[in-house]
Amino acid sequence: MAKTIIDKIWDRHIVVGEPGKPDLLYIDLHLLHEVTSPQAFEGLRLNGRKVRRPDLCFATMDHNVPTVNRKVIKDPIARKQIRTLEENCEEFGVPLADVDHPDQGIVHVIGPELGLTQPGKTIVCGDSHTSTHGAFGALAFGIGTSEVEHVLSTQTLWQSRPKTMEIRIDGEIAPGVAAKDIILTIIAKFGTDMGTGHIVEYTGEAIRKLTMEERMTVCNMSIEAGARAGLISPDEKTVEYLRGRKYVPQGEAFDKAAEDWLSLASDQGASYDKSVSIHADEIEPFITWGTNPGMGAGISGNVPNASDFENELERESFLRAIEYMGLEEGQPFTDIEIQHVFIGSCTNARLSDLREAARVVEGRKVRGGVRAIVVPGSRTVKKQAEEEGLDKVFTEAGFEWRESGCSMCLAMNDDVVPAGERCASTSNRNFEGRQGTGARTHLMSPAMAAAAAINGRFTDVREEFAVHA
Amino acid sequence: MKPINEVTSIMTPLDRSNVDTDQIISKEFLKRIERTGFGKYLFYHWRFDAEGNKRDGFVLNDPRFDGSEILVARENFGCGSSREHAPWAILDYGFRVVIAPSYADIFYNNCMKNGILPIRLPEEEVEELLAKGKAEPARLAVSLAEQTVTQPDGTVRRFGIDPYWKEMLLNGWDEIALTFKYEDQISKYEEAMQRA
Ligand code: SF4
Repeated sequence: MAKTIIDKIWDRHIVVGEPGKPDLLYIDLHLLHEVTSPQAFEGLRLNGRKVRRPDLCFATMDHNVPTVNRKVIKDPIARKQIRTLEENCEEFGVPLADVDHPDQGIVHVIGPELGLTQPGKTIVCGDSHTSTHGAFGALAFGIGTSEVEHVLSTQTLWQSRPKTMEIRIDGEIAPGVAAKDIILTIIAKFGTDMGTGHIVEYTGEAIRKLTMEERMTVCNMSIEAGARAGLISPDEKTVEYLRGRKYVPQGEAFDKAAEDWLSLASDQGASYDKSVSIHADEIEPFITWGTNPGMGAGISGNVPNASDFENELERESFLRAIEYMGLEEGQPFTDIEIQHVFIGSCTNARLSDLREAARVVEGRKVRGGVRAIVVPGSRTVKKQAEEEGLDKVFTEAGFEWRESGCSMCLAMNDDVVPAGERCASTSNRNFEGRQGTGARTHLMSPAMAAAAAINGRFTDVREEFAVHA
Repeated sequence: MKPINEVTSIMTPLDRSNVDTDQIISKEFLKRIERTGFGKYLFYHWRFDAEGNKRDGFVLNDPRFDGSEILVARENFGCGSSREHAPWAILDYGFRVVIAPSYADIFYNNCMKNGILPIRLPEEEVEELLAKGKAEPARLAVSLAEQTVTQPDGTVRRFGIDPYWKEMLLNGWDEIALTFKYEDQISKYEEAMQRA
C-alpha cells in the first residue's frame, strides 16, 4: 500500500507497539540547550540514572548567550544556567558546542549545518521549533522537559501515532516572494491550530523548487500552525546539501545512505487524514499586524476593521491585539513606522537569509531613529558571511553585526525591544511581550525587514528594491 | 508525580482563546534551574503592571477565585513554546485541572507529565461554564475515574481521555521507571539497528 514518509519513519522506529497504548518510539538524535534541560539532568541525578546514549545527544547554548561581548553575561541567573549546561554535559558525557566552540549556534541552525540532521531520523529537542529539521525528511518535534529526561534515560518516547496532513502549494512563487511569505500566508489562511494533533507534510511544485534553507523556514513555523512536526520528502537537493558535512557518513557509505533516504519519500497516491492546498499566485510579501502568527496579511493590505469580523469573540481578540500593537483599524501597512529591525532567529538567520537582506541593504543607509541588528544563526554562518563581506554591507548601512544566538527572538539576553516600540522581525512569534515587555513585533521575511530598516516603515520590497530582478 | 482523581473547587474563568505559553510564563522567569517556584510568575504581565501593581479586571486578581484549583479557558490553550515551565507555573500556583475546548499538543503532554489533568470539553460546554463562572463563583466537581465534570446545579458533563494517560495520572506513576521494564526490547532494537 502507498505510504507517506510520516508512516514510513514512524514504523521504522517502533520499539514496542502494543494495542491500546501509545507506541514506544526510538529517538535517533536528541538536541539540547540551556533553558529546557537543567531540570531534566537534575531528575537523572535525583534518581541515580545515567544518559543511555550520550553519543546520540548534542548540546549547545543559544537562548541566553550574549551577542555583543561573549565574555560578559550580566545576569547571574543566566550565567548559572549556562554553567549548569557545561557541568551537566561534562558529568553525563554529552557532546557540547559551548559559547567559544566554532560549531556553536542556534540549535536548529547547527543541526543541519553539521549534518546531524538526516532524512529518516527521529529528532527531538526541548524546543518547539525542532520542526525545522523536518525540511530534511526527518520526523522532528519539540518536547517538554519531562520528555527530555525520558529520552536522556531511555532514548525512547511514548507517542500516539498522530494524524497526517498534507499542505500542498501548487504553482511557483513569484520573484520577490520568500519562503517566509509562504508559511505566514498558510497560517493566516488556515489558522494557528490547523495542525493540532497532526504531522504535516508540505508538498507541491512550489515546495520542490525551494532550496534547503527555504524549506527549513517553512518547516520551522509548522508549530505556529499548531503542528508539532512538519516535513518535506527528501530529494536530490536534500542529498546534495548533506554531502560532505561533518556528521554524515562519508564516501561509499554516504551513497548507500542517500539511496535509503530517497526511498523514504511519500509514495505516489499515499493518502493523508487531511489535505489542504493553496496556489502560489495567492502569495505576496507578507507581514503580521497582531499578537499571534495567524494575524497577518499581504503588504499591500491594511490593518483589518472590527466590522470585518462577524464573530464577537474574534472581534474582541482583534481589538485587544490592535490596542496592544498600537495600531488603528484600516491603517495601510506601508504607513506604519518602526524603531527596530531584527534579522535573526532559527527561522531566518542562515547564510541565504543574510544574503537576501544584504541585497536590499547594499549601498543604502538605515533610516535615522531605527536600530537595526543582524544576528547570524551560528558561528559558521557568521564566518561565511564575513568571508563574503556581508558584515561590511550591513555595518556600512548602519546595522549592528552580532555574535550568533537566539537574541531578540525571545529577548532572554540583553537584546530587548523597549515597551511601546515597534520591531520588524524575521523571527517566528509575535506574542505579547515576546521581544520585551510591551514590545510590538511584526513578522516578515529578511528582505522585507531590511527594506523596513531602510525606509523606517513597512515597505513592499518588490517596489523600491528590485531584488531578484 | 502526585496522583490525581477527584478535584472539587471554584473554577477560574479565563475568557481568552489562543493563550500562549509566553503569557503563561514569560521568558524572564525561565532562567531558574529548578522545577518549583514558578507559581508567583504565572500570567505575570496580565496580573501586574510595569510597577508590579496588580491590574484590575484580570481574573487571577479577583479574590472571589482565590484558592481555585480549576482553570477554564478557550480554544488552543498552551500554544507556542514547548516550555514545561508553563505547566510548572500552573501547578505551583495551585491549579490541578484545566478545562478548554482544545490544547496545543506539546502543552497537553506536558500537563500529563506533571499530574495536571487537561480536560477537553466541546466549545458550547466551555462557553456555558465560562458564562456561569463569570456570573458568580461556581464550584465544580471533577472526577478522573468517572471522566465527569459536575456543575453546582447537578449538570454532569463527560470528557474523553486516552486510557494510558488516565492510568498514569490516577496512579501518579513515574513513566521512566515504567519504560525501564522494556529495557530488553530497547537493547534488541539497538542491536538490530547496528546490524542494518
Ligand atoms: S531563535 Fe527563537 S524560536 Fe528559534 S530556538 Fe531560539 S528562541 Fe526559539
